[in-house]
Amino acid sequence: MDAIAGGQGVTPALEIDDLCKSFGGLPATNHVSLSVLPGERRLIIGPNGAGKTTLFNQITGDFLPDSGKVRLFGRDITRLAPHQRAQLGIARTYQIITLFPKDTLEHNVALALLGLKPSRWNAFRRLAADTALYEEARRALALVQLEPLAKRSIGEISYGEKRRVEIALALAQRPKLLLLDEPLAGLSRDERAAVKQLIDSIPRATTVVLIEHDMDTALELAEQITVLHYGSVIVEGTRAEVVADPKTREVYLGH
Amino acid sequence: MQFWVIQTLNSLALGGLLFLLSSGFSLIFGLMRIANLTHGALFMLGAYIGVTILKFIPNLWVAALLGGVVVGAFGGLVERFILRRLPGNVLGQVLVTLGISFIIADLCLILWGGDPIPVPTPPALQKPMVIAGVPFPTYRLVVLAIAVVVAIALHFLMERTRLGAMIRAGVDDMQMARAVGIPVSRLFTTVFCLGSALAGAGGILGGPILSAYPGLDADMLPLALIVVILGGVGSLVGAFVGSFIVGFVYTFGIALAPDLAYVILFLPMIFVIAFRPRGLFGRAGA
Amino acid sequence: MSRAGWIVLALALVALPWVAGEYYVNLSSQILIAAIFAASLNLLVGYGGLPSLGHASYLGMAAYVSAWLSLKFGLEHWITAPAALAATTLMACVFGWIALRATGLGFLMITLALSQVLWGLGYRWVSVTNGDNGLSSLTRPAPFGISLESAIAFYYFALIVTVASIWLMARLVASPFGAGLRGTRDQPRRMAALGYNVWRVRWLTFVYAGFWGAVSGLLYVYYHKYIHPSSLALSSSAEALLGVIAGGAGTLAGPIVGAGVVLILKNYASAYIERWNMLLGFVFLAIILFMPDGLVPGLRRAWTRLRGDKA
Repeated sequence: MDAIAGGQGVTPALEIDDLCKSFGGLPATNHVSLSVLPGERRLIIGPNGAGKTTLFNQITGDFLPDSGKVRLFGRDITRLAPHQRAQLGIARTYQIITLFPKDTLEHNVALALLGLKPSRWNAFRRLAADTALYEEARRALALVQLEPLAKRSIGEISYGEKRRVEIALALAQRPKLLLLDEPLAGLSRDERAAVKQLIDSIPRATTVVLIEHDMDTALELAEQITVLHYGSVIVEGTRAEVVADPKTREVYLGH
Repeated sequence: MQFWVIQTLNSLALGGLLFLLSSGFSLIFGLMRIANLTHGALFMLGAYIGVTILKFIPNLWVAALLGGVVVGAFGGLVERFILRRLPGNVLGQVLVTLGISFIIADLCLILWGGDPIPVPTPPALQKPMVIAGVPFPTYRLVVLAIAVVVAIALHFLMERTRLGAMIRAGVDDMQMARAVGIPVSRLFTTVFCLGSALAGAGGILGGPILSAYPGLDADMLPLALIVVILGGVGSLVGAFVGSFIVGFVYTFGIALAPDLAYVILFLPMIFVIAFRPRGLFGRAGA
Repeated sequence: MSRAGWIVLALALVALPWVAGEYYVNLSSQILIAAIFAASLNLLVGYGGLPSLGHASYLGMAAYVSAWLSLKFGLEHWITAPAALAATTLMACVFGWIALRATGLGFLMITLALSQVLWGLGYRWVSVTNGDNGLSSLTRPAPFGISLESAIAFYYFALIVTVASIWLMARLVASPFGAGLRGTRDQPRRMAALGYNVWRVRWLTFVYAGFWGAVSGLLYVYYHKYIHPSSLALSSSAEALLGVIAGGAGTLAGPIVGAGVVLILKNYASAYIERWNMLLGFVFLAIILFMPDGLVPGLRRAWTRLRGDKA
């Protein structure tokens, strides 16, 4: 388990320290600790209800944990609001598409870019005149091979394309930590291959943590895997280690 | 001493009336996520209808019962034919209830005129009760008692009956409730009728204390709002506690500093919003 | 709207007093005041997704502060106007903070409750507000010594203020802040994850809307030279909201058109129908049940369809 985590003096990109969260007596996150090194590709996997998204939501600040700590590059962010965490370099995608349906792809990405710029408070300048911003947005769309559709509205594109736009929004923030919540869900085989390629191409300056519940599709995406079950970490290690571990197979029996 | 006694009883009576008014409002809001701005007007409508019923049947209790039924039925029609056509349109539903309240208000003005109509206290209750040498206005005690009985009945309804279980399930998680087969449409209509009936009955029961007058709706609605903000949406206990807090603050406020009574009402509301936005007893997610 | 369209509108507005009689000039002044009021409410409702039923508070507060300061202390308008605007904006800061402890219906209820409290205060604090009698014997300002007593003079004054305010509000809508505001309306969680301080965006919008509501309140009290607690009433906020929705929330022109329609309806209807409120109620029902998008989007659709058929 500690093949990579041996690191002397390397501050983990993300450190979760004995995190606990219960909903009405039901523990959704049960003393979870994990440590992700900078540049790592970590997969958090587990059957439905294992508490993966709840864990994510505590990393992004949508939920506050009952106890425990979350650290981003050594900095305690446990009680920070989501927008503050975004400013510190966390970006995420959602399980359900949360784009702006009546706006163009370009505008969606532009909003993502604006979020980190002080000019987002400007209440006088015409946004549409900011050609540099929209060019930057189109470049971000080019990264996900969607630049030709820049001026189309979100409502007009396919589900697979929407998923890619979600990733484009997150990448536009040039995050230090990227959280992908089931990025492959609902995609066709070709679309999945496209997204997988996209994730592979993300530079190492960005640490990537993914959630998936389908073992087969997600395994290739990550080097280190954490398996969650009923809110607890039950197996952690490299791909080979996790696949070989009998506990993993137990969890997925009958899934 | 007399002053404090009288004002306390006034507070309790007002609290009781407010409970009749706001319990329905709170249930409707909690279950159906509709801020029923018609509620004040339903109270007033009940008062006016009661006045008319009293002309034929000079029995306040009968008037309250019949009035409640009529207003309840009216509420059911509103829900069935207007609100149901706006599923999920939260703002639309609010505005529609606002529009209906305007219609009711002017209707009452047309039908009953612009002068306040006093409602006589039932003769049996006109003599004050003397306890330990202090006279207590009997009717107000009775209103309080009625409110408490209704509160207990509602509690029983919510905790011990199937209807109550369905309501509680709906308040907690509408999607799950639908998924387990609860007939949501019928439930909505039932709750809306119940809430309206309570408001209507409250209006006529409040008659001997408040009279029936144009503007009664505008006076009562903000009080109901403050009760629900204080007590939390969808909570009967909250509506109960909130009603009496508002009853006391408002009554003593008017008695001691009439100019600023509304501001004094303000303060507990602000405190609660600032420190506990979902109200004293409300659930998160309202 | 095309360049030509704007020029025509501008000419029409400027030329109005020369072609219309005093009654219509006065009516137009009232429409302009309602336009600012509705547009400011629309920032909150249409662009911010924050339905408020308490907007009359800002109109009323500014009107009362201006009236009270001039009656009680004999202060000139160049002092009372900024004072009224400052006091009302401060109130908006506080009310906004309170109301934004909730969103959606909770927000609506709190704005309603706050506004009703202010209304009750207007009626009961007789020593200050003169209760049901209202405050009268007020004056209009004379900017640069120009008297605004005549209908025409006041109309041009109102026109200048309206154009300035709508222009500024339009700039906000088209700005990065405006885009962020619309984003928080459509996907607040997503916006937070993108780094936007959603609460602050909403609060700033609330205060800004309150400021322009105050401006419309000043124009209101200057026009009528009288203020009465009924201006603080729920029906006043409701009419504004109706105007916004009828015209089409989320567009800039919609609320202005809607406010105009509501005002004209009110003026004509109250000549024939005693029960204006009932009519208002029915109009509410009709619009929400049958024309939920409002007039302006509906007309726009009809216009594009017409143009499409021609092409």
